[in-house]
Amino acid sequence: MKNMLEQIRQKAVSELAAAHDLKLLDALRVKYLGKKGELTAILKQMGGLSAEERPVIGQLANEIRTFIEEHIDARTAELKEELTAHKMKAEKIDVTMPGTLRAIGKKHPLTQVLDEVKEIFLGMGFDVAQGPEVEYDYYNFEALNIPKDHPARDTQDTFYITDNILLRTQTSPVQVRVMEKKQPPIRIISPGRVYRSDAVDATHSPLFHQIEGLVVDKGVTMADLKGTLEIFVKHLYGEDSVVRFRPHHFPFTEPSAEMDCMCFACHGEGCRLCKGEGWIEILGCGMVHPKVLENCGIDPEVYSGFAFGIGLERIVMRRFGIDDLRLFYENDLRFLNQF
Amino acid sequence: MNLSMRWLSDYVDIKMSPRAFSEAMTMSGSKVEGYEVEGAEIDKVVVGRVLSVEKHPDAEKLVVCQVEVGAETPVQIVTGATNVHAGVMVPVALDGSTLPGGKQIKKGKLRGVESNGMMCSLGELGLTAHDFPYAIEDGIFLLEEDCQPGEDIRSAIGLNDTCVEFEITSNRPDCLSVIGLAREAAVTFGKPLNLHTPSVSAGVEDIKQYLSVEVQNPQLCQRYMARMVKNIKIEPSPRWMRERLRASGVRPINNIVDITNYVMLEYGHPMHAFDYQYVKGGKIIARNAKPGETITTLDGVVRELTPDMLVIADEKDPSAVAGVMGGEYSGINENTNTIVFEAACFLGSSVRITSKKLGLRTESSGRFEKGLDPNTCLPAIQRACELVELLGAGEVIGGMIDVDHSAHEPVKILLEPEWTNRFLGIDLPRAEMVRILEELKCKMDGDNIIVPSFRADLQHKADIAEEIARIYGYDKIPVTAIRGVAAGGLTDYQKFERTISNTLLAQGCSEVATYSFISPKYYDKIRLPLDSKLRNSVVITNPLGEDTSVMRTIAIPSMLEVLSRNFNNRNPEASIFEIATEYIPTKPDQLPEENPVVLIGMYGASTDFYSIKGIVEELLKVLGIDGLDVQAESSLPYYHPGRCARLLVGEEELGTVGEVHPLVADNYGISTRAYVARLDGNILFQHANSEKAYHSLPKFPASTRDLALLCDEDVPVLFIEKAIRQGVGKVLEKIQLFDIYRGQQVPEGKKSVAYTISMRAADRTLTDEETDRAVQKALRILEEHGITLRV
Repeated sequence: MKNMLEQIRQKAVSELAAAHDLKLLDALRVKYLGKKGELTAILKQMGGLSAEERPVIGQLANEIRTFIEEHIDARTAELKEELTAHKMKAEKIDVTMPGTLRAIGKKHPLTQVLDEVKEIFLGMGFDVAQGPEVEYDYYNFEALNIPKDHPARDTQDTFYITDNILLRTQTSPVQVRVMEKKQPPIRIISPGRVYRSDAVDATHSPLFHQIEGLVVDKGVTMADLKGTLEIFVKHLYGEDSVVRFRPHHFPFTEPSAEMDCMCFACHGEGCRLCKGEGWIEILGCGMVHPKVLENCGIDPEVYSGFAFGIGLERIVMRRFGIDDLRLFYENDLRFLNQF
Repeated sequence: MNLSMRWLSDYVDIKMSPRAFSEAMTMSGSKVEGYEVEGAEIDKVVVGRVLSVEKHPDAEKLVVCQVEVGAETPVQIVTGATNVHAGVMVPVALDGSTLPGGKQIKKGKLRGVESNGMMCSLGELGLTAHDFPYAIEDGIFLLEEDCQPGEDIRSAIGLNDTCVEFEITSNRPDCLSVIGLAREAAVTFGKPLNLHTPSVSAGVEDIKQYLSVEVQNPQLCQRYMARMVKNIKIEPSPRWMRERLRASGVRPINNIVDITNYVMLEYGHPMHAFDYQYVKGGKIIARNAKPGETITTLDGVVRELTPDMLVIADEKDPSAVAGVMGGEYSGINENTNTIVFEAACFLGSSVRITSKKLGLRTESSGRFEKGLDPNTCLPAIQRACELVELLGAGEVIGGMIDVDHSAHEPVKILLEPEWTNRFLGIDLPRAEMVRILEELKCKMDGDNIIVPSFRADLQHKADIAEEIARIYGYDKIPVTAIRGVAAGGLTDYQKFERTISNTLLAQGCSEVATYSFISPKYYDKIRLPLDSKLRNSVVITNPLGEDTSVMRTIAIPSMLEVLSRNFNNRNPEASIFEIATEYIPTKPDQLPEENPVVLIGMYGASTDFYSIKGIVEELLKVLGIDGLDVQAESSLPYYHPGRCARLLVGEEELGTVGEVHPLVADNYGISTRAYVARLDGNILFQHANSEKAYHSLPKFPASTRDLALLCDEDVPVLFIEKAIRQGVGKVLEKIQLFDIYRGQQVPEGKKSVAYTISMRAADRTLTDEETDRAVQKALRILEEHGITLRV
């Protein structure tokens, strides 16, 4: 019997070594270890053994069982690895082939930069206000200290609907509308479309975007105006941006200023980009004219404020190095997808 | 405004680089756009004296000249010009010289004879006969200047001024003048301002013997001054005057015209000169034009006048449109003997309206309309007469006429140092403020600032704050952060728009931006019926062109335009969107409604109706809009009648989605199927729900049943779905359409629609009976509509 058991062990070892698929291994497991397997068959014959032999053979049989089990497990693991390796080899792909795109859409470049601007001002506690594009003359001009026949009207060639209704030439009328409705403190920006009858070319469009800003409260100063706009520019163009404020004229602010940024290309030396000036005009601003506050029912002796207007197209063109304003409104996807 | 630095130096002593000057002036409020150094492009061009002119041995049309150029030996120059002869002085471009436009001159041989330079014409130096009236334009410039051979041509002919170009804001017409800018420069650089009071000799006769002036409308003509000059000799003005005019961008004409221009540039006050022989009756009348009256202006155009326009007339006819342009027949010409100088002050708004109505903008109208100082009339007219005497252009007649209706009470503003400091955020002593104001020629009367009459822009203490700030220096104002607390944020509507944008971007749609105005023809392009309400647009009365003449009532044409452009630019596919505005007229003299709409447009090989509808459905889902109903729509002219859906919630229409009608696509040159959706922003917003609440994940398994249903071809699947929803009731979790089949075993005119219906209860596992019962109920409802289970 002992010999028979040893033979089974020998046979199992050689059969396992020859087994090259998992099914065969399963069959071998059944053949040797199953209820009707060879080992079981031998154990069933143990009844005919002597009392001395029985534990010895029993122990040997268990030993062989464990031995075969371990061998089958080991062989299974080995074979799995082999098979997997083989499969992996067969499944090799060219990973340099392009991925399958699930492309998202692109925000219009004007919106991309506008969103940045909004974020900067939202962070400083501003609200975003809106107003109509088709506007009364009163809001666009008169309330802003630009009476009929004021020469400043010439610089803003206006599209008229009727004598009293026009396409707003600036976002400033929103200032008036906000101040009419709300007493200070006021902190708003108001982005939107404005219209001027400029023929289309690389730098002009009859429709463009402005971002108006307005702050009114007790004790707002021109120093606050400078501070707020400097923060804005540093967020937009980077901490190392250098700005300057120089006097200008707007009928609805006094004092008025234009803010320039030191030319990014030449750092103030003067180059083609800045037309030799060393500075690039960014926006117009000023302290809200006391008459405008009065027009809106805000007491200029109690409150003061500042306002600013940013040309969106201009800053977007600078941001991305776009040299032709028409591209914004042509909406060719080859253009839009670049941003 | 172009400023001659040479001219400026009459009034203030500025010695610095044009760049430094420009920067400082810009920072004190007179913005410099740029500057030009005259003759900067000219190099190595000198005065030469022609010593001899001999025939060229081999060329009939050429001559060989020996020209003395200040060196030991003369240079030999070959020229084809015919106006040179021995003894004349000429500009000589030497070997290696540069002329305007970057032209280089090198020595060479002309028909075998060496030529070591070039004699120059006016044109080659960038000049015209207006600059040097004694010279001819088609020949060598024969110099009649006081100059020496070898001298740099730029100094010899005075082509060495620097001209600074200012952008003067509309509130500062006083700075449209040499004196105005000199005043600013003096304050900016802390230099004395050397003004000069013009003086004129007494004159023998009295103007009143010749002329009377009547101002009929003193409101439009605040002041009218006249002086006369007789025995006029019309001739070119002297070089210094021509140089200054040229540097200021004004073409020299003759002494009298030049004097009026010179005074205008110097004082900023337009002048006019009439030929006295055409002042009929010796009377000048400032009056409103008569109905139907016309005038031929100096530019030769006949202008129709209207009664709101002010004219300067004689007893019969208008001889000038006040402040805008003179009449042709009273203009100065070679035969003029006696002239009337006019220095007047006309109401700015009136000049502006007149000039606008006539479509005639002149240097003069541009100044008057900004509002000029009546007090400048006197020095201006005196200066003109002084120049007449200086130039020997005629004899000034004694006396002057001055009809003055202007207000003489100066503007007074209280100086409030504390308020000013608080307003600007600075801390400047009162004395320093007073110093600045006085340098700006304001006078102090106690706490009152008396504003000079040429500063009509100073009316309010805020204006005074600006004066103080700009001279103190904007750059010296500190930089502070705004105080106080403010909680800024987006409104619900703004967040809603952001969600729309983000959702469409995530689905691969790119954002576009289109013009809000369109051509009314675009309504034809989308086949709107002639009586469509949408054809009633807000119309721009003065559009740039028809293409941009009405505000769109529907944004679909704008979207199609973009699809068309992309298609024609051979972009193989497009998925785009815009949150656009539509402008719907309300009542006359009231603002239109401005309605936001979401427009989506698509075309391309992988796009069909269901792709765009899917994008819309996902958008509505993200917006939390429940209860969407979809109806086939066949009446909208811009959609394919069989491929368009109306999207509703209850009775309210959210919008439409569909394939572009092939005829419309044709009109836009889109020769592929294109798809458009248009959603009403306001209605979407009403139904949108951004509130989200957690529903616990299912604890019990779902039961599913597959149903293949046989129905008529034209039954919309949404109808079947609704019936199933109704029948299955609240255990329904999801209905999934997985197949539509036509063909074998399905009768003609029918289709087989297959669904997987999944059912689940939150609190238990559904029994087979329960699910069967639910499905049976649905089947019964379907059967009532002739929809049967396919077996």
